[in-house]
Amino acid sequence: MYDKGKILTGLVLFVAIVAFPFWWSLASGAEVRVPDIAKPAGETQCLEDAETMRREHMQLLATWRDDVVRLRQRIHTTPDGRQYRKSLTGTCLQCHTDKAASCDRCHDYLDVAPYCWDCHVATGER
Amino acid sequence: MPLERRTFVKIGGLAALGLAGGAAARAGGVIDAARLVPAGDAATGTGTPGSAGAAAAAAPATSAATTTAPAPLEAKRWAMVVDLGACLRHEGCEDCTRACHAVHNVPDFPNRKDQVEWIWKEPFVEALPDQKHEFLPGNLAHADVLVFCNHCDEPACTRVCPTQATWKREDGVVMMDWHRCIGCRYCIAACPYGSRSFNWRDPRPAIAKIDPAFPTRTRGVVEKCNFCEERLAEGRRPACVEACPPKALLFGDLEDAGSPVRQALADKPAMRRRPGLGTQPQVYYLL
Repeated sequence: MYDKGKILTGLVLFVAIVAFPFWWSLASGAEVRVPDIAKPAGETQCLEDAETMRREHMQLLATWRDDVVRLRQRIHTTPDGRQYRKSLTGTCLQCHTDKAASCDRCHDYLDVAPYCWDCHVATGER
Repeated sequence: MPLERRTFVKIGGLAALGLAGGAAARAGGVIDAARLVPAGDAATGTGTPGSAGAAAAAAPATSAATTTAPAPLEAKRWAMVVDLGACLRHEGCEDCTRACHAVHNVPDFPNRKDQVEWIWKEPFVEALPDQKHEFLPGNLAHADVLVFCNHCDEPACTRVCPTQATWKREDGVVMMDWHRCIGCRYCIAACPYGSRSFNWRDPRPAIAKIDPAFPTRTRGVVEKCNFCEERLAEGRRPACVEACPPKALLFGDLEDAGSPVRQALADKPAMRRRPGLGTQPQVYYLL
């Protein structure tokens, strides 16, 4: 291999730069805190278990959107037979009343910007 | 260390195979999102069919669960009849526009170029140009006629939409899916009635009071009257029909001979806007 020294130095530098966010936060001792999501008061049961909801709520909402607007299917039935109106503001936000603590906190942490809120309005928000 | 071409190709092939295998295994594990897709049939097998009825009955205990949704209003062919005589006698009334624009979060821009409208008034000779002649009675020549989307049987707008953001539903409502609208405005160019408005600006600041029950729109989408399909789904008639003081707006099923629209059309001759274009508008005007 020609220029072994230069290539290896370059590689090490490259990896160090790419991995900067990881080793920097480790080195600086900054604590990584997973956001604390507000749970609805007085409700124990969502559509599915918390793990499933956390992982798949976006697919669910996208399906609901097409069902309601395009297919006129407005009722969601859970596997155990409970029925809900397919509505972000009309159903989800009725329990998860605090949008800032229920949605935004985690979305901000993950740096995702769902555009639901460009049009849909959470109560108490303009 | 000379690497033989043959050996290199072998190693490369094995590596590619390994990568493909890994990806396939991952994909197989990830696709369980389908479980969340509400299956209209119980084919998923995850539900317990026997308990479904009992659980549905017990559901009202949780606040978000709805089992007592009112029956939707359904029809084979929705249509509107505007009793122009009754409407014109109520001069200056804007109750329908106000009601509609309030429930649908329609912005109110002072600049005419930015205006967004779902239901509004146009001069008679512009709304119904086929009726124009030199000797129109004065009250008609200078009258303002209520106009809104005609929910045509042969809508020009839906044919030109490149994303199927607008389409005609089987019950005749010409729908808008704002999630899909890309703001190309072909539909605006196609509509011969000017029933569609474009959001040139962010509409939210121009909405006096936002009703959270209905979404606002964003800048860059087209909007228009939707025959209050969201209210029909809850068993309510359109907002304008309910708001009209002289009951000049009649709404109903054209396929139902007993519906108010059919009775009105059987009673008096009616006009439609620019019938010669072949769009078959489903808003009828009585004089």
